[in-house]
Amino acid sequence: MPKTLFDKVWDRHIVVTETDAHPATLYIDLHLIHEVTSPQAFTVLRERGLKVRRPDRTLATIDHSTPTLINTDGSRPFVTKQAGKQVEMLLANTAEHGIETHGWESAYRGVVHVMGPELGATQPGMTIVCGDSHTSTHGAFGAIAFGIGTTQVGHVLANQSILMRKPKTMAIEVNGELQAGVTPKDVILAIIAKIGVGGGTGYALEYRGNVFSEMSMDGRMTVCNMSIEAGARCGMIAPDETTFNYLKGRKFAPENYDAACADWASLATDDGADFDKVVTMKAEDIRPMITYGTHPGMAMPIDAMVPVATDDTETAALEYMQVTGGAPMTGLRVDRVFIGSCTNARIEDMRAAASILSGRKVASHVKAIVVPGSEQIKAEAEAEGLHDVIIASGAEWREPGCSMCIAMNGDKAAPGELVVSTSNRNFAGRQGPGARTVLASPETAAAAAVMGVITDARTLKGAAA
Amino acid sequence: MSFEPLKSVTSTTLVLPAENIDTDQIIPARFLTVTSREGLGKHAFNDWRYNDDGSETDHPLNSDAAKACQILVGGHNFGCGSSREHAPWSLTDYGLRVVISSEIADIFRGNSLKNGLLPVVIEKRAHEWLLDNPGAEVTVDLDACEVRLPRNGGTYKFEIDSFSRHCLMEGVDEMGYLQKQSDAIAEFEANRG
Repeated sequence: MPKTLFDKVWDRHIVVTETDAHPATLYIDLHLIHEVTSPQAFTVLRERGLKVRRPDRTLATIDHSTPTLINTDGSRPFVTKQAGKQVEMLLANTAEHGIETHGWESAYRGVVHVMGPELGATQPGMTIVCGDSHTSTHGAFGAIAFGIGTTQVGHVLANQSILMRKPKTMAIEVNGELQAGVTPKDVILAIIAKIGVGGGTGYALEYRGNVFSEMSMDGRMTVCNMSIEAGARCGMIAPDETTFNYLKGRKFAPENYDAACADWASLATDDGADFDKVVTMKAEDIRPMITYGTHPGMAMPIDAMVPVATDDTETAALEYMQVTGGAPMTGLRVDRVFIGSCTNARIEDMRAAASILSGRKVASHVKAIVVPGSEQIKAEAEAEGLHDVIIASGAEWREPGCSMCIAMNGDKAAPGELVVSTSNRNFAGRQGPGARTVLASPETAAAAAVMGVITDARTLKGAAA
Repeated sequence: MSFEPLKSVTSTTLVLPAENIDTDQIIPARFLTVTSREGLGKHAFNDWRYNDDGSETDHPLNSDAAKACQILVGGHNFGCGSSREHAPWSLTDYGLRVVISSEIADIFRGNSLKNGLLPVVIEKRAHEWLLDNPGAEVTVDLDACEVRLPRNGGTYKFEIDSFSRHCLMEGVDEMGYLQKQSDAIAEFEANRG
């Protein structure tokens, strides 16, 4: 019987088969942990006298609560003592349990979903979990990867397995040729706008079609990252030569690489395999996207008009955002720009931002920060001189971390400020109480920085030297 | 880790009708630097309940009537967003045992089940009745898998995974269940080489 990519990977990891009476016990190949969602799980292990079953299948970093600035004396300005304590606790817990940890001294420290792939720890055919909903990012490699809560972090630490019922499958097929200026971020925002912020609830997504097979790994990660914003815990793309070329030579890449690639290639969905639901879109119909409301499904083409509210929830969202139905988003005054996050802080994103900032100045009333996704990205960008371009424009070049995406490290906007952000969530208050977030691609964010208002980057490119 | 078994809850309802109430509304990220799980109830819906100076707003969540409710009725797609288990921790610490909506996000639903908070997805008609009748005294019967509405509102069945139901009703914790599978897990590991 023909099988989907999801089915093939799922079936390889069944320890105990699901029945009506109980869920499946699913083996986990890779467990990524960070400081925010793990301390209470380690406490449970301690209380019960349990050990970490497979420290060798566990990788840790610090990213959410970490400052993106360094004091002149080399110390890190934590937003609160408690934030600093949380990081110390992660480092102590992982040291106690023998877990490889990419802390301050590591050349690989970074946002957990940037780090895993860079190390080659993320591989096709794996099951990957992390106490973070954007774990869906790793699906870009053809892995089943999804976010879990802290109780399950404890389960995986102790048992390397979780209890789970098999989700339904949904194919998202996008074929055709993308218009110039349309980025992977625009593609995923268009998908979420189409299926809705809860449209993927209960499903595992597979992104199919030439648009994804022709996309770089950085682009695929941007797409899979935001699967959760449509309600889907995981989103996958079949591994191919692009995947294999990306992983080759990385720290955790398999020794017998050709054999591994042959196996990975067999994971692709078979012809004739059934999905529970199929959604199709034409690539030609997708335009650069921007959000106008308070969830990622409230997204529209940047050159469109804000839809008129049809219910109380939408009315409240437009009021919160201080935008008007029937009016454009372009031209709205911008206070801050954030280029970073597990969605858009990889090298291609840094290059895209720098290409717009090059030779231009950030508008005087805009505070723009560029936060690379990891130490690796930071080093690579600096080797290419991108940081010089970014700094010359007047934007800040920061230390790696989650930063303003989740705004729990002190990087945040003030009440009422409008932020154009390359991150993944525009919920009310996400980037600081009262802050208004507009999600967009690195190109659109950088264009907003230099123009000081929301701007269609395609018009800017036309004017560039 | 342990929680009170939950068989049936009868309580007035606290209604938050907005759709897509996300985890950043339930508990803003700046409260996630904690390293324990206790005492988060005071920050449940923090930015709806408190002014910048820390004083309470006039939001219904601050009323004594709301704090007496064990059943929360939320708008469609409740709990979307992040995997933070701090969301159900804050709701149970606030005093809630049940969340009802016409759709509940996957990760939030899973996290709730592990913390003695029963997520109930109910058909649209019943959901609309609940939204229209805040404060109604409602019974959520996990044994019978039904929600009973007062004043001839009717009785509605809901679905829940039988394993999750068992764990909630008996106060069973999944860690113990998984620990008992350690031989099967070891065998799986050995077979993969």
